[in-house]
Amino acid sequence: MARMKFLCDTERCIECNGCVTACKNEHQVPWGVNRRRVVTIDDGEPGERSISVACMHCSDAPCAAVCPVDCFYTTEEGVVLHDKDICIGCGYCFYACPFGAPQYPQSGLFGSRGKMDKCTFCAGGPEPDHSLEEVEKYGRNRLAEGKLPLCAEVCATKALLAGDGDKVADIYRERVTRREGRPNTWGWNTAYKD
Amino acid sequence: MNTLYRPRSSSPARIGLAAVLILFTSLGILSVFNTLESGYAAEETNPRADYWRLVRSNENGYSAVTGRETNELIQGSGEVWRQLRNGPIATYGALLMLFTLLALGAFYLYRGKVELGHPRSGDTVERWNKQERILHWYTAVLFILLAFTGLSLLYGRAVLIPLLGHDGFSSYAIICKWVHNIAGPFFIVGLVVMILLWFKHNIPDKTDIKWFLEFGGMIGDKHPSAKRMNAGEKAWFWTLFFAGAGVAISGLVLDFPNFDQEREIIQLAHLTHAILAILLMSFSLGHIYIGTIGTEGALEGMVTGRVDTTWARQHHDLWYEEIRDQGKSVSSPMPDTTEGQTETP
Repeated sequence: MARMKFLCDTERCIECNGCVTACKNEHQVPWGVNRRRVVTIDDGEPGERSISVACMHCSDAPCAAVCPVDCFYTTEEGVVLHDKDICIGCGYCFYACPFGAPQYPQSGLFGSRGKMDKCTFCAGGPEPDHSLEEVEKYGRNRLAEGKLPLCAEVCATKALLAGDGDKVADIYRERVTRREGRPNTWGWNTAYKD
Repeated sequence: MNTLYRPRSSSPARIGLAAVLILFTSLGILSVFNTLESGYAAEETNPRADYWRLVRSNENGYSAVTGRETNELIQGSGEVWRQLRNGPIATYGALLMLFTLLALGAFYLYRGKVELGHPRSGDTVERWNKQERILHWYTAVLFILLAFTGLSLLYGRAVLIPLLGHDGFSSYAIICKWVHNIAGPFFIVGLVVMILLWFKHNIPDKTDIKWFLEFGGMIGDKHPSAKRMNAGEKAWFWTLFFAGAGVAISGLVLDFPNFDQEREIIQLAHLTHAILAILLMSFSLGHIYIGTIGTEGALEGMVTGRVDTTWARQHHDLWYEEIRDQGKSVSSPMPDTTEGQTETP
Protein backbone atom coordinates (compact mmCIF):
# COMPACT_ATOMS: atom_id res chain seq x y z
CA MET A 1 0.00 0.00 0.00
CA ALA A 2 1.07 3.48 -0.80
CA ARG A 3 1.78 5.81 2.09
CA MET A 4 -0.10 9.03 1.33
CA LYS A 5 1.76 12.29 1.86
CA PHE A 6 1.38 16.00 1.22
CA LEU A 7 4.26 18.15 0.07
CA CYS A 8 4.20 21.87 -0.58
CA ASP A 9 7.01 23.29 -2.66
CA THR A 10 7.93 26.70 -1.22
CA GLU A 11 9.66 27.66 -4.46
CA ARG A 12 6.40 27.30 -6.34
CA CYS A 13 3.56 28.32 -4.03
CA ILE A 14 2.24 31.71 -5.07
CA GLU A 15 -0.33 32.08 -2.28
CA CYS A 16 -3.32 32.02 -4.58
CA ASN A 17 -5.41 30.16 -1.97
CA GLY A 18 -6.90 28.01 -4.73
CA CYS A 19 -6.34 24.90 -2.59
CA VAL A 20 -8.15 26.50 0.37
CA THR A 21 -11.13 27.45 -1.74
CA ALA A 22 -11.33 24.17 -3.63
CA CYS A 23 -11.23 22.20 -0.38
CA LYS A 24 -13.87 24.34 1.27
CA ASN A 25 -16.17 23.95 -1.70
CA GLU A 26 -15.52 20.27 -2.32
CA HIS A 27 -16.30 19.23 1.25
CA GLN A 28 -18.92 21.89 2.05
CA VAL A 29 -16.98 22.72 5.19
CA PRO A 30 -18.97 24.71 7.76
CA TRP A 31 -18.60 28.46 8.22
CA GLY A 32 -15.49 29.37 10.17
CA VAL A 33 -13.73 26.10 9.44
CA ASN A 34 -10.91 25.86 6.93
CA ARG A 35 -9.25 22.51 6.52
CA ARG A 36 -6.37 24.06 4.62
CA ARG A 37 -4.69 27.43 4.77
CA VAL A 38 -1.78 29.21 3.16
CA VAL A 39 0.77 30.86 5.44
CA THR A 40 3.21 33.42 4.09
CA ILE A 41 6.38 34.20 6.00
CA ASP A 42 8.11 37.54 5.42
CA ASP A 43 5.03 38.70 3.57
CA GLY A 44 5.80 41.59 1.23
CA GLU A 45 9.56 41.37 1.76
CA PRO A 46 12.15 40.04 -0.67
CA GLY A 47 12.39 36.28 -0.32
CA GLU A 48 8.86 35.80 1.04
CA ARG A 49 7.73 32.20 0.97
CA SER A 50 4.29 30.65 1.17
CA ILE A 51 3.22 27.19 2.24
CA SER A 52 -0.15 25.58 2.00
CA VAL A 53 -0.73 23.57 5.15
CA ALA A 54 -3.40 21.17 6.37
CA CYS A 55 -3.37 17.94 8.32
CA MET A 56 -0.10 16.23 7.38
CA HIS A 57 -1.35 12.77 8.37
CA CYS A 58 1.56 12.16 10.73
CA SER A 59 2.97 8.70 11.34
CA ASP A 60 3.01 9.16 15.12
CA ALA A 61 0.10 11.56 15.19
CA PRO A 62 0.07 13.81 18.29
CA CYS A 63 -3.71 14.34 17.92
CA ALA A 64 -4.33 10.60 18.20
CA ALA A 65 -1.95 10.33 21.15
CA VAL A 66 -3.74 12.93 23.28
CA CYS A 67 -7.36 12.19 22.28
CA PRO A 68 -9.17 11.28 25.53
CA VAL A 69 -11.76 9.18 23.68
CA ASP A 70 -9.38 7.59 21.14
CA CYS A 71 -11.40 8.68 18.10
CA PHE A 72 -8.50 8.71 15.60
CA TYR A 73 -7.44 5.90 13.34
CA THR A 74 -4.90 5.56 10.56
CA THR A 75 -5.92 3.91 7.31
CA GLU A 76 -3.75 1.41 5.45
CA GLU A 77 -2.63 4.29 3.27
CA GLY A 78 -1.35 6.27 6.22
CA VAL A 79 -4.25 8.73 6.24
CA VAL A 80 -5.18 9.90 9.75
CA LEU A 81 -8.97 10.02 10.10
CA HIS A 82 -11.32 10.47 13.02
CA ASP A 83 -14.78 9.39 14.05
CA LYS A 84 -17.04 12.39 14.67
CA ASP A 85 -19.54 10.20 16.51
CA ILE A 86 -16.90 9.55 19.16
CA CYS A 87 -15.27 13.01 19.23
CA ILE A 88 -16.34 15.05 22.27
CA GLY A 89 -14.93 18.40 21.09
CA CYS A 90 -12.42 18.80 23.92
CA GLY A 91 -9.82 20.62 21.83
CA TYR A 92 -6.83 18.50 22.89
CA CYS A 93 -5.91 17.55 19.32
CA PHE A 94 -5.75 21.24 18.46
CA TYR A 95 -3.37 21.86 21.37
CA ALA A 96 -1.10 18.99 20.33
CA CYS A 97 -1.09 19.37 16.54
CA PRO A 98 2.05 21.09 15.20
CA PHE A 99 0.23 22.23 12.06
CA GLY A 100 -2.94 23.70 13.53
CA ALA A 101 -5.02 21.25 11.53
CA PRO A 102 -7.97 20.45 13.85
CA GLN A 103 -10.80 22.96 13.60
CA TYR A 104 -14.00 23.31 15.59
CA PRO A 105 -17.29 24.82 14.61
CA GLN A 106 -18.49 26.84 17.60
CA SER A 107 -21.53 25.03 18.85
CA GLY A 108 -22.72 26.89 21.89
CA LEU A 109 -22.01 29.15 24.82
CA PHE A 110 -18.59 30.59 25.62
CA GLY A 111 -16.97 29.27 22.48
CA SER A 112 -17.71 25.66 23.38
CA ARG A 113 -16.44 23.41 20.65
CA GLY A 114 -18.45 21.19 18.39
CA LYS A 115 -17.12 18.02 16.77
CA MET A 116 -13.62 18.46 15.43
CA ASP A 117 -13.17 18.81 11.69
CA LYS A 118 -9.96 18.44 9.76
CA CYS A 119 -8.49 17.47 6.41
CA THR A 120 -9.32 13.87 5.52
CA PHE A 121 -6.90 13.63 2.58
CA CYS A 122 -10.20 13.49 0.67
CA ALA A 123 -10.74 10.06 2.21
CA GLY A 124 -14.02 10.55 4.11
CA GLY A 125 -14.58 8.88 7.45
CA PRO A 126 -15.53 5.59 9.07
CA GLU A 127 -18.98 5.46 7.46
CA PRO A 128 -19.50 3.38 4.29
CA ASP A 129 -17.84 4.97 1.23
CA HIS A 130 -20.00 7.53 -0.58
CA SER A 131 -22.83 7.21 1.96
CA LEU A 132 -24.84 10.37 2.68
CA GLU A 133 -23.68 10.23 6.30
CA GLU A 134 -20.05 10.22 5.25
CA VAL A 135 -20.51 13.15 2.87
CA GLU A 136 -22.36 15.19 5.47
CA LYS A 137 -19.83 14.61 8.22
CA TYR A 138 -16.53 14.44 6.38
CA GLY A 139 -17.10 15.64 2.81
CA ARG A 140 -16.36 13.74 -0.34
CA ASN A 141 -14.36 10.54 -0.43
CA ARG A 142 -12.23 11.03 -3.53
CA LEU A 143 -9.73 8.36 -2.59
CA ALA A 144 -12.49 5.75 -2.82
CA GLU A 145 -13.22 7.08 -6.32
CA GLY A 146 -9.59 6.50 -7.26
CA LYS A 147 -8.79 10.22 -7.19
CA LEU A 148 -6.24 12.18 -5.20
CA PRO A 149 -6.94 15.22 -2.98
CA LEU A 150 -8.55 18.11 -4.82
CA CYS A 151 -6.30 20.79 -3.30
CA ALA A 152 -3.28 19.34 -5.07
CA GLU A 153 -5.24 18.68 -8.22
CA VAL A 154 -6.29 22.32 -8.60
CA CYS A 155 -2.89 23.74 -7.66
CA ALA A 156 -1.97 25.94 -10.63
CA THR A 157 1.78 25.86 -10.08
CA LYS A 158 1.79 22.27 -8.83
CA ALA A 159 3.40 23.51 -5.66
CA LEU A 160 1.13 21.28 -3.64
CA LEU A 161 1.66 17.58 -4.23
CA ALA A 162 -0.50 14.85 -2.74
CA GLY A 163 -0.39 11.12 -3.19
CA ASP A 164 1.88 8.13 -2.78
CA GLY A 165 4.77 9.43 -0.70
CA ASP A 166 7.40 7.73 -2.84
CA LYS A 167 6.04 9.26 -6.04
CA VAL A 168 5.70 12.68 -4.42
CA ALA A 169 9.31 12.42 -3.28
CA ASP A 170 10.42 11.36 -6.77
CA ILE A 171 8.70 14.34 -8.37
CA TYR A 172 10.21 16.71 -5.85
CA ARG A 173 13.68 15.19 -6.20
CA GLU A 174 13.46 15.53 -9.97
CA ARG A 175 12.48 19.18 -9.54
CA VAL A 176 15.29 19.95 -7.18
CA THR A 177 17.86 18.51 -9.58
CA ARG A 178 16.68 20.86 -12.31
CA ARG A 179 16.29 23.96 -10.23
CA GLU A 180 18.14 27.28 -10.68
CA GLY A 181 18.04 27.41 -14.47
CA ARG A 182 19.99 24.30 -15.32
CA PRO A 183 20.33 20.78 -14.04
CA ASN A 184 22.38 20.37 -10.89
CA THR A 185 23.11 16.82 -11.95
CA TRP A 186 26.36 17.55 -13.72
CA GLY A 187 26.87 15.63 -16.94
CA TRP A 188 23.58 13.77 -16.88
CA ASN A 189 22.11 15.50 -19.92
CA THR A 190 25.11 14.44 -21.98
CA ALA A 191 25.64 11.04 -20.46
CA TYR A 192 22.10 9.71 -20.12
CA LYS A 193 19.61 10.35 -22.85
CA ASP A 194 16.18 9.31 -21.62
CA MET B 1 59.38 6.19 -32.14
CA ASN B 2 60.91 9.32 -33.51
CA THR B 3 58.45 9.42 -36.31
CA LEU B 4 55.59 9.37 -33.86
CA TYR B 5 57.05 11.94 -31.49
CA ARG B 6 56.98 15.49 -32.72
CA PRO B 7 58.04 18.21 -30.34
CA ARG B 8 55.65 21.20 -30.15
CA SER B 9 56.47 24.11 -32.32
CA SER B 10 56.61 27.27 -30.29
CA SER B 11 55.19 29.62 -32.84
CA PRO B 12 54.29 33.19 -31.74
CA ALA B 13 50.59 32.48 -32.37
CA ARG B 14 50.56 29.62 -29.90
CA ILE B 15 52.38 31.64 -27.26
CA GLY B 16 49.85 34.43 -27.69
CA LEU B 17 46.96 31.99 -27.28
CA ALA B 18 48.49 30.54 -24.10
CA ALA B 19 48.94 34.02 -22.68
CA VAL B 20 45.31 34.90 -23.34
CA LEU B 21 44.17 31.64 -21.76
CA ILE B 22 46.27 32.22 -18.66
CA LEU B 23 44.95 35.75 -18.40
CA PHE B 24 41.33 34.67 -18.60
CA THR B 25 41.84 31.82 -16.19
CA SER B 26 43.49 34.03 -13.62
CA LEU B 27 40.80 36.64 -14.07
CA GLY B 28 38.22 33.95 -13.51
CA ILE B 29 39.94 32.76 -10.35
CA LEU B 30 40.21 36.32 -9.15
CA SER B 31 36.55 36.95 -9.75
CA VAL B 32 35.72 33.82 -7.79
CA PHE B 33 37.83 35.07 -4.92
CA ASN B 34 36.13 38.42 -5.17
CA THR B 35 32.72 36.81 -4.99
CA LEU B 36 33.74 34.75 -1.98
CA GLU B 37 35.16 37.79 -0.23
CA SER B 38 32.11 39.93 -0.86
CA GLY B 39 29.96 36.98 0.21
CA TYR B 40 31.75 36.73 3.50
CA ALA B 41 31.66 40.46 3.96
CA ALA B 42 27.86 40.62 3.60
CA GLU B 43 27.42 37.41 5.69
CA GLU B 44 24.90 35.99 3.31
CA THR B 45 22.95 33.08 4.63
CA ASN B 46 20.84 30.49 2.95
CA PRO B 47 17.42 32.08 2.43
CA ARG B 48 15.67 28.71 2.64
CA ALA B 49 17.39 27.91 5.92
CA ASP B 50 16.39 31.35 7.19
CA TYR B 51 12.82 30.65 6.24
CA TRP B 52 12.64 27.39 8.15
CA ARG B 53 14.40 28.97 11.10
CA LEU B 54 11.59 31.55 11.21
CA VAL B 55 8.98 28.80 10.99
CA ARG B 56 10.56 26.74 13.75
CA SER B 57 10.87 29.74 16.04
CA ASN B 58 7.09 30.11 15.84
CA GLU B 59 7.43 33.33 13.90
CA ASN B 60 4.01 34.35 12.72
CA GLY B 61 3.39 35.02 9.08
CA TYR B 62 0.34 36.10 7.18
CA SER B 63 -2.63 33.98 6.23
CA ALA B 64 -5.72 34.97 4.32
CA VAL B 65 -7.58 32.39 6.40
CA THR B 66 -8.58 34.19 9.56
CA GLY B 67 -8.97 32.40 12.85
CA ARG B 68 -7.05 31.48 15.92
CA GLU B 69 -3.32 31.36 15.17
CA THR B 70 -3.90 30.53 11.52
CA ASN B 71 -0.80 32.58 10.67
CA GLU B 72 1.44 30.26 12.68
CA LEU B 73 2.78 27.56 10.41
CA ILE B 74 4.18 25.10 12.95
CA GLN B 75 3.79 25.25 16.72
CA GLY B 76 6.50 23.36 18.54
CA SER B 77 5.08 23.38 22.05
CA GLY B 78 2.24 20.96 21.30
CA GLU B 79 4.60 18.03 21.21
CA VAL B 80 6.10 19.05 24.56
CA TRP B 81 2.62 19.28 26.02
CA ARG B 82 1.74 15.86 24.65
CA GLN B 83 4.89 14.26 26.07
CA LEU B 84 4.36 15.82 29.51
CA ARG B 85 0.66 15.00 29.69
CA ASN B 86 0.87 11.44 28.41
CA GLY B 87 4.18 10.77 30.14
CA PRO B 88 5.14 12.01 33.60
CA ILE B 89 1.82 13.63 34.54
CA ALA B 90 -0.33 10.62 33.73
CA THR B 91 2.21 8.16 35.15
CA TYR B 92 3.32 9.90 38.33
CA GLY B 93 -0.18 11.28 38.92
CA ALA B 94 -1.62 7.78 38.96
CA LEU B 95 1.27 6.53 41.12
CA LEU B 96 0.84 9.37 43.61
CA MET B 97 -2.88 8.73 44.03
CA LEU B 98 -2.42 4.97 44.27
CA PHE B 99 0.42 5.42 46.76
CA THR B 100 -1.76 7.73 48.87
CA LEU B 101 -4.57 5.18 48.88
CA LEU B 102 -2.20 2.35 49.79
CA ALA B 103 -0.52 4.44 52.50
CA LEU B 104 -3.91 5.30 54.03
CA GLY B 105 -4.95 1.66 53.87
CA ALA B 106 -1.71 0.58 55.52
CA PHE B 107 -2.11 3.28 58.17
CA TYR B 108 -5.64 2.12 58.90
CA LEU B 109 -4.41 -1.43 59.34
CA TYR B 110 -1.63 -0.21 61.65
CA ARG B 111 -3.51 2.36 63.69
CA GLY B 112 -7.17 1.70 63.07
CA LYS B 113 -9.72 4.33 63.90
CA VAL B 114 -8.51 7.01 66.31
CA GLU B 115 -11.10 6.52 68.98
CA LEU B 116 -12.22 8.80 71.73
CA GLY B 117 -9.94 8.50 74.75
CA HIS B 118 -12.81 8.93 77.18
CA PRO B 119 -16.45 7.88 77.08
CA ARG B 120 -18.84 10.25 75.38
CA SER B 121 -20.30 12.82 77.70
CA GLY B 122 -23.59 12.90 75.83
CA ASP B 123 -23.35 16.66 75.71
CA THR B 124 -22.69 18.34 72.40
CA VAL B 125 -21.38 21.68 71.18
CA GLU B 126 -21.91 23.31 67.83
CA ARG B 127 -18.82 22.95 65.67
CA TRP B 128 -20.08 23.89 62.21
CA ASN B 129 -23.14 26.07 61.75
CA LYS B 130 -25.66 25.42 59.01
CA GLN B 131 -24.09 27.81 56.49
CA GLU B 132 -20.68 26.26 57.02
CA ARG B 133 -22.04 22.77 56.53
CA ILE B 134 -23.93 23.72 53.38
CA LEU B 135 -20.79 25.40 52.08
CA HIS B 136 -18.64 22.39 52.91
CA TRP B 137 -20.90 19.86 51.25
CA TYR B 138 -21.61 22.09 48.27
CA THR B 139 -17.87 22.41 47.62
CA ALA B 140 -17.19 18.77 48.48
CA VAL B 141 -19.82 17.41 46.09
CA LEU B 142 -18.54 19.64 43.30
CA PHE B 143 -14.95 18.65 44.11
CA ILE B 144 -15.78 14.96 43.82
CA LEU B 145 -17.74 15.53 40.60
CA LEU B 146 -14.83 17.48 39.14
CA ALA B 147 -12.34 14.87 40.32
CA PHE B 148 -14.18 11.94 38.76
CA THR B 149 -14.94 13.72 35.49
CA GLY B 150 -11.39 15.08 35.27
CA LEU B 151 -9.84 11.71 35.99
CA SER B 152 -12.13 10.15 33.39
CA LEU B 153 -10.77 12.51 30.76
CA LEU B 154 -7.16 11.77 31.71
CA TYR B 155 -7.33 8.04 32.39
CA GLY B 156 -10.63 6.97 30.80
CA ARG B 157 -8.98 6.02 27.53
CA ALA B 158 -6.76 3.50 29.31
CA VAL B 159 -9.19 2.34 31.97
CA LEU B 160 -12.78 2.84 30.79
CA ILE B 161 -12.62 2.21 27.01
CA PRO B 162 -11.82 -1.49 27.61
CA LEU B 163 -14.91 -1.64 29.85
CA LEU B 164 -17.41 0.56 28.01
CA GLY B 165 -16.17 0.41 24.44
CA HIS B 166 -15.44 3.45 22.29
CA ASP B 167 -19.07 4.48 21.76
CA GLY B 168 -20.06 3.95 25.37
CA PHE B 169 -17.08 5.81 26.72
CA SER B 170 -17.63 8.64 24.26
CA SER B 171 -21.20 9.14 25.52
CA TYR B 172 -19.91 9.14 29.08
CA ALA B 173 -16.95 11.41 28.28
CA ILE B 174 -19.09 14.07 26.63
CA ILE B 175 -21.16 14.23 29.84
CA CYS B 176 -17.91 14.41 31.80
CA LYS B 177 -16.72 17.30 29.67
CA TRP B 178 -19.91 19.28 30.20
CA VAL B 179 -20.19 18.52 33.89
CA HIS B 180 -16.54 19.44 34.38
CA ASN B 181 -16.85 22.69 32.42
CA ILE B 182 -20.03 23.79 34.15
CA ALA B 183 -19.28 22.58 37.68
CA GLY B 184 -15.87 24.26 37.63
CA PRO B 185 -17.00 27.88 38.00
CA PHE B 186 -19.53 26.87 40.70
CA PHE B 187 -16.74 25.11 42.58
CA ILE B 188 -14.64 28.27 42.40
CA VAL B 189 -17.47 30.23 44.06
CA GLY B 190 -17.58 27.68 46.90
CA LEU B 191 -13.81 27.71 47.23
CA VAL B 192 -13.59 31.51 47.43
CA VAL B 193 -16.39 31.78 50.01
CA MET B 194 -14.76 28.99 52.03
CA ILE B 195 -11.37 30.70 51.99
CA LEU B 196 -12.92 34.02 53.10
CA LEU B 197 -15.10 32.42 55.77
CA TRP B 198 -12.43 30.24 57.38
CA PHE B 199 -9.40 32.42 56.76
CA LYS B 200 -9.19 33.81 60.31
CA HIS B 201 -9.25 30.32 61.84
CA ASN B 202 -6.41 29.07 59.66
CA ILE B 203 -3.65 31.54 60.39
CA PRO B 204 -0.69 29.41 61.51
CA ASP B 205 0.57 29.81 65.11
CA LYS B 206 2.78 28.12 67.73
CA THR B 207 0.36 25.33 68.53
CA ASP B 208 0.69 24.02 64.99
CA ILE B 209 4.38 23.18 65.39
CA LYS B 210 3.69 21.06 68.44
CA TRP B 211 0.74 19.48 66.69
CA PHE B 212 2.89 18.45 63.75
CA LEU B 213 5.69 17.19 66.04
CA GLU B 214 3.20 14.89 67.72
CA PHE B 215 1.66 13.86 64.38
CA GLY B 216 -1.66 15.27 65.45
CA GLY B 217 -2.19 12.43 67.86
CA MET B 218 -2.53 10.01 65.00
CA ILE B 219 0.56 8.14 66.11
CA GLY B 220 0.78 7.41 69.82
CA ASP B 221 -1.77 8.32 72.44
CA LYS B 222 -0.93 11.99 72.88
CA HIS B 223 -3.53 14.61 72.07
CA PRO B 224 -1.76 17.79 71.01
CA SER B 225 -3.57 21.03 71.68
CA ALA B 226 -5.45 22.71 68.88
CA LYS B 227 -7.73 25.66 68.38
CA ARG B 228 -10.78 25.52 66.16
CA MET B 229 -8.63 24.30 63.27
CA ASN B 230 -5.74 21.99 64.02
CA ALA B 231 -2.52 22.13 62.00
CA GLY B 232 -3.69 19.35 59.69
CA GLU B 233 -6.82 21.26 58.82
CA LYS B 234 -4.74 24.38 58.34
CA ALA B 235 -2.42 22.52 55.97
CA TRP B 236 -5.45 21.41 53.94
CA PHE B 237 -6.78 24.97 53.98
CA TRP B 238 -3.55 26.45 52.64
CA THR B 239 -3.22 23.69 50.06
CA LEU B 240 -6.70 24.57 48.89
CA PHE B 241 -5.77 28.24 49.03
CA PHE B 242 -2.71 28.00 46.77
CA ALA B 243 -3.32 24.89 44.66
CA GLY B 244 -7.02 25.76 44.51
CA ALA B 245 -6.22 29.21 43.18
CA GLY B 246 -3.93 27.67 40.55
CA VAL B 247 -6.52 25.09 39.56
CA ALA B 248 -9.22 27.76 39.41
CA ILE B 249 -7.29 30.21 37.27
CA SER B 250 -5.93 27.56 34.89
CA GLY B 251 -9.39 26.02 34.75
CA LEU B 252 -10.96 29.29 33.68
CA VAL B 253 -8.33 29.65 30.93
CA LEU B 254 -9.31 26.19 29.66
CA ASP B 255 -13.03 26.64 30.17
CA PHE B 256 -13.49 29.76 28.09
CA PRO B 257 -11.75 29.39 24.74
CA ASN B 258 -13.87 32.22 23.35
CA PHE B 259 -11.21 34.74 24.39
CA ASP B 260 -8.91 33.34 21.71
CA GLN B 261 -6.08 32.58 24.10
CA GLU B 262 -3.10 31.07 22.32
CA ARG B 263 -2.32 27.39 22.40
CA GLU B 264 0.87 27.87 24.40
CA ILE B 265 -1.12 29.50 27.19
CA ILE B 266 -3.73 26.75 27.03
CA GLN B 267 -1.03 24.06 27.19
CA LEU B 268 0.57 25.72 30.20
CA ALA B 269 -2.83 26.08 31.86
CA HIS B 270 -3.61 22.42 31.18
CA LEU B 271 -0.34 21.18 32.70
CA THR B 272 -0.78 23.41 35.76
CA HIS B 273 -4.39 22.28 36.09
CA ALA B 274 -3.54 18.58 35.87
CA ILE B 275 -0.58 18.72 38.30
CA LEU B 276 -2.35 20.81 40.94
CA ALA B 277 -5.61 18.89 40.62
CA ILE B 278 -3.78 15.60 41.18
CA LEU B 279 -2.07 17.07 44.26
CA LEU B 280 -5.45 18.28 45.57
CA MET B 281 -7.07 14.91 44.91
CA SER B 282 -4.28 13.10 46.75
CA PHE B 283 -4.56 15.49 49.70
CA SER B 284 -8.34 15.15 49.64
CA LEU B 285 -8.00 11.39 50.08
CA GLY B 286 -6.22 12.06 53.37
CA HIS B 287 -8.86 14.61 54.35
CA ILE B 288 -11.67 12.19 53.56
CA TYR B 289 -9.92 9.40 55.46
CA ILE B 290 -9.41 11.46 58.61
CA GLY B 291 -12.91 12.90 58.39
CA THR B 292 -14.62 9.51 58.05
CA ILE B 293 -13.11 6.17 59.07
CA GLY B 294 -9.91 7.67 60.49
CA THR B 295 -11.34 9.56 63.43
CA GLU B 296 -14.26 8.67 65.63
CA GLY B 297 -16.79 11.45 65.84
CA ALA B 298 -15.32 13.75 63.18
CA LEU B 299 -17.93 13.16 60.49
CA GLU B 300 -20.89 13.82 62.78
CA GLY B 301 -19.58 17.36 63.28
CA MET B 302 -19.89 18.12 59.59
CA VAL B 303 -23.16 16.20 59.23
CA THR B 304 -25.13 17.32 62.27
CA GLY B 305 -23.09 20.39 63.07
CA ARG B 306 -22.54 19.29 66.66
CA VAL B 307 -19.78 17.29 68.29
CA ASP B 308 -19.58 15.54 71.64
CA THR B 309 -17.76 17.56 74.26
CA THR B 310 -15.38 14.64 74.79
CA TRP B 311 -14.43 14.81 71.13
CA ALA B 312 -14.05 18.57 71.31
CA ARG B 313 -11.80 18.32 74.37
CA GLN B 314 -9.67 15.61 72.79
CA HIS B 315 -9.15 17.17 69.37
CA HIS B 316 -9.69 20.89 69.80
CA ASP B 317 -9.15 21.60 73.48
CA LEU B 318 -8.22 25.27 73.11
CA TRP B 319 -11.27 25.91 70.95
CA TYR B 320 -13.48 24.07 73.42
CA GLU B 321 -12.21 26.13 76.34
CA GLU B 322 -12.72 29.28 74.32
CA ILE B 323 -16.36 28.62 73.47
CA ARG B 324 -17.07 27.36 76.98
CA ASP B 325 -15.69 30.59 78.38
CA GLN B 326 -17.83 32.55 75.94
CA GLY B 327 -20.77 30.71 77.41
CA LYS B 328 -21.96 29.22 74.14
CA SER B 329 -24.66 26.63 74.42
CA VAL B 330 -23.72 23.10 75.23
CA SER B 331 -26.64 20.76 74.92
CA SER B 332 -27.67 17.14 75.01
CA PRO B 333 -27.78 15.32 71.70
CA MET B 334 -31.57 15.09 71.52
CA PRO B 335 -32.84 18.63 71.21
CA ASP B 336 -36.49 17.54 70.79
CA THR B 337 -36.66 16.06 74.29
CA THR B 338 -34.32 18.44 76.07
CA GLU B 339 -35.14 21.60 74.24
CA GLY B 340 -34.11 24.78 75.92
CA GLN B 341 -31.84 23.10 78.41
CA THR B 342 -28.29 24.23 78.61
CA GLU B 343 -25.65 22.69 80.74
CA THR B 344 -22.13 23.49 81.58
CA PRO B 345 -19.86 20.50 81.96
